[in-house]
Amino acid sequence: MAQRSQQSSLAKAYLLLYNIGQTIGWSCILFLSLQHYLITKSWVGLYRHSYIQLLLEVFQTLAYLEVLHCVLGLVKSNWFLTAVQIFSRVFLTWGVVWSIPEVQDGWFVACFLLPWTLTEIIRYSFYALNLLNSVPYFLIWCRYTFFIVLYPIGVSGELFTQFSALPYIKKTAIYTYPLPNRMNMSFDYYTVVIILMLSYIPLFPMLYFHMIGQRKKVLRGLSEKKED
Amino acid sequence: MEIEVLHAKSGKSLGKVTGLSPGSTILDVKNEFRKLKKHLYPDRQSFRLEQKSKMLKDEATLKALNITSGGKLYFKDLGPQVGWTTVFLTEYAGPLVIYLLFYIRPAIIYGASAASKPRAEAVNIAAACWTFHYAKRLLETVFVHRFSHATMPILNICKNSSYYWGFAAFVAYFINHPLYTPPSYGAIQLYGGLAAFIFNELGNFSIHIAFRNLRPAGSKERKIPKPTVNPFTWLFTWVSCPNYTYEVGAWISFSVMTQCLPALLFTAAGFYQMTVWAMGKHRNYKREFKDYPRGRKPIIPFLL
Repeated sequence: MAQRSQQSSLAKAYLLLYNIGQTIGWSCILFLSLQHYLITKSWVGLYRHSYIQLLLEVFQTLAYLEVLHCVLGLVKSNWFLTAVQIFSRVFLTWGVVWSIPEVQDGWFVACFLLPWTLTEIIRYSFYALNLLNSVPYFLIWCRYTFFIVLYPIGVSGELFTQFSALPYIKKTAIYTYPLPNRMNMSFDYYTVVIILMLSYIPLFPMLYFHMIGQRKKVLRGLSEKKED
Repeated sequence: MEIEVLHAKSGKSLGKVTGLSPGSTILDVKNEFRKLKKHLYPDRQSFRLEQKSKMLKDEATLKALNITSGGKLYFKDLGPQVGWTTVFLTEYAGPLVIYLLFYIRPAIIYGASAASKPRAEAVNIAAACWTFHYAKRLLETVFVHRFSHATMPILNICKNSSYYWGFAAFVAYFINHPLYTPPSYGAIQLYGGLAAFIFNELGNFSIHIAFRNLRPAGSKERKIPKPTVNPFTWLFTWVSCPNYTYEVGAWISFSVMTQCLPALLFTAAGFYQMTVWAMGKHRNYKREFKDYPRGRKPIIPFLL
């Protein structure tokens, strides 16, 4: 997603700090999740762990800064695509799991939370080390390999979570603004969540095969370099 | 004389155009080039002096461009083209049909008994205004507008139509909904909005007529638009594109009259797009005419 451009040393220092911060944040989530598993012998109930919930909310929301990085030109990526990717996760974090307590105990929470955690630790440490021009080969390999499994698992978890939230959204009419009203416009959260779920159908294969393409390009480039 | 045509993207040679003289225009080059590539009709072709420079006008002569025999031009395929009239008719007929479909309140959208429920006066007036606006646009496209470019890329049809058709459905769904709430301030808001809407539509029409009279039939000539005897055109004193000013005014009036947030969102989107266009046209006027009246703004007097 992110590429280095011509940066001032101040911008570089800031980005380094940001990526190290994110790496630490997501590492804490991983550590607490493992601890939770060792104690309870179960992956269920991760979200009820108050620190995991807090860390997830803080670090996932902070990721919106990456849109700002693109807009300001600190990072050479398309700000809109970055915003869409981050939105889908922030939406799940706040709009579904935080808003609808009934889904928090589901097994599917771990199903998206653990893949997110692993992906983010790899991604942010990759960025941080990339800023220092010292990414070890195994980290590049992880970044362009783990997603093959983690991405589909994560997406399934996200979809299961949204799907299981639907009956509660319907029942409580949360964030729903019905007609009649003086604005003459209604907002139906239930429909919005369904539309967002349907949007995975075109978007998931697109992103997945984009990553497969990137993997081929990057790993082939590296192996050619090695042979030289 | 002979000119080599190169592909603007790759820089590869596409062939040599012959049978030209220094007095030949770019249009002549296009007609000659078509003999090499049968499917590339002139409207689809664009030529430039360098790989990334601006597209050359049809009227420019080779002499004026300093192109001698053995010179080269870069070619870009603009893609399949459609006439402006076709584009505009598709764009504007859609909203008209879509809006009226919602107006009759089909059972699959609003439920079985919706069609027989009484409609608020605002709903009927809104349908009349919407119909009038798009019927006017359709008629203007056929009888009034003279376009300086004959065609536009076929892809624009999809882009523009989805904008107009989508917004038409969005606005029509809520205004024609059986649970529609009439304007809070009653008759004053409704008829005040209607009066303002009619005023702006008349203004918009007057400007379109003024633009038509500015450009003699069959020509691509461009002149500075000026206020005429019609008071509606006096807005030319302050802005370059009063047609857009009136159009925005009409949609603000429509939104006030119906008190409908989707209509206001449509107004906002339209205002943004028209401001972008107006700024472009304003810039072109200033570049083209050294004596362009100072103090004119693109779309909003004294401001924008």
